[in-house]
Amino acid sequence: MCLGIPGQIVEISSAEKKLAIADVSGVRREVNVACIAGDAPVEDLIGAWALIHVGFAMSLINEEEAAKTMEVLKMLGEAQEEIEAMRASQREMDRAS
Amino acid sequence: MKYAEEFRDPKAAKGLLAQIAQVIDELGATKEKPVHIMEICGGHTHAIFRYGLDKLTPAGLEFIHGPGCPVCVLPMSRVDECVELAERPEVIFTTFGDAMRVPGTKKSLLQAKAEGADIRMVYSPLDALELARRNPDREVVFFGLGFETTTPSTALSIQQAASEELANFSVFCNHITVPPPIKALLDDPHMILDGFVGPGHVSMVIGVEPYRFIARDYGKPIVVAGFEPIDLLQSVLMVLEQMRDGRAEVENQYSRVVPDYGNPVSIAACDDVYEPRPTFEWRGLGEIDSSGLRIREKYVAFDAEAKFSIGYGKGAPRFVPEPEGCACGDVMTGRLKPVQCQQFGKGCTPEMPLGALMVSSEGACAAYYEYGGVDLEPAE
Repeated sequence: MCLGIPGQIVEISSAEKKLAIADVSGVRREVNVACIAGDAPVEDLIGAWALIHVGFAMSLINEEEAAKTMEVLKMLGEAQEEIEAMRASQREMDRAS
Repeated sequence: MKYAEEFRDPKAAKGLLAQIAQVIDELGATKEKPVHIMEICGGHTHAIFRYGLDKLTPAGLEFIHGPGCPVCVLPMSRVDECVELAERPEVIFTTFGDAMRVPGTKKSLLQAKAEGADIRMVYSPLDALELARRNPDREVVFFGLGFETTTPSTALSIQQAASEELANFSVFCNHITVPPPIKALLDDPHMILDGFVGPGHVSMVIGVEPYRFIARDYGKPIVVAGFEPIDLLQSVLMVLEQMRDGRAEVENQYSRVVPDYGNPVSIAACDDVYEPRPTFEWRGLGEIDSSGLRIREKYVAFDAEAKFSIGYGKGAPRFVPEPEGCACGDVMTGRLKPVQCQQFGKGCTPEMPLGALMVSSEGACAAYYEYGGVDLEPAE
């Protein structure tokens, strides 16, 4: 929960709500990009790498930093946990109440 | 396991370890009279154990594992209140998975879920918002938990809920901040700390300025560090060099990710949504001034404390003592090593945790339990 996971912004899902689709180790999920958008159009973020915390992109990083961070997270088992948490969360949302 | 295989750049690691050993010598630190450095962040604790840094560094250096694991400092009474909220028939209680196994006085959220409470483990508060949209006839409560890395996400979600007028969404806000417990530890007369390795991702949000008091008022070095083992070794070396040179400064080893003044959008969202509480209870550390955040009056419609009259929203919450024999408080303040707790590995294991430090992989006891027995052979 305290560690960010690197992901690449691949698509903008709502420019108005500052939401985008990020690819995190092959898993695509919606993330909020308000904290990294700045004043430029959000579309400029496509292709960028970011550290993502609980669904919010918090810091732009370069591709090399992304790869190195992912490697450490995999060593710690945190990457697998985060990706599983993303998948599980989708199932929880789809579960009827 | 040979550490040379574990490090991306074993040569650099070896060089840093040699430099650390030299400065430790220069400081005259020994196994009997070691330098104590606290890594504040639970992620760093996990990395130190995973890479065996505590064993690779000289005996004259001792790591003290800080309070930077949010589920580890969660009081039992707070868990009880989560269960109470979750068991209300109209509520869908949403939480990060980390909080599920934290023991309350009667049960954990995991047990409450097994007994039928509608509890959903979510990855993000965005998913809790979506659940509220999809279930307009239910009350969706999000358990806001964590340090400054997660506070902005909850704040931005509350702002989003307000803009959508999502009346069935609220947050049980138990967010906490890093600097106040550090001040509390420094004010402790039994404090033995010589310097700090500062949190990386927390600092990405708040910058390095909030740590200025550690150097200025207490004369202790702090270096904000990244998560790679090389980052950690380099940061430890920077702390030791400050000590050797008689300096006390805030340095930023992780400037490739941490801007000195943090993330302005996050800081603005947090200022808009939260205000500090007068005091907040930390498991093992007690009440600490200005260490927790509550939701401001203007967002009261999204404050579960007010909506359900619970926690600090009900006045001072009741205090629950630690379970018999649990020494989490002493471990967290560096007075005891995890293995010195009489319950360690006996009445308290990651599968059946008694104390909170055994619950999360970022907790010192869980890290000791998982990696403590790993033997490392230094590379040739």
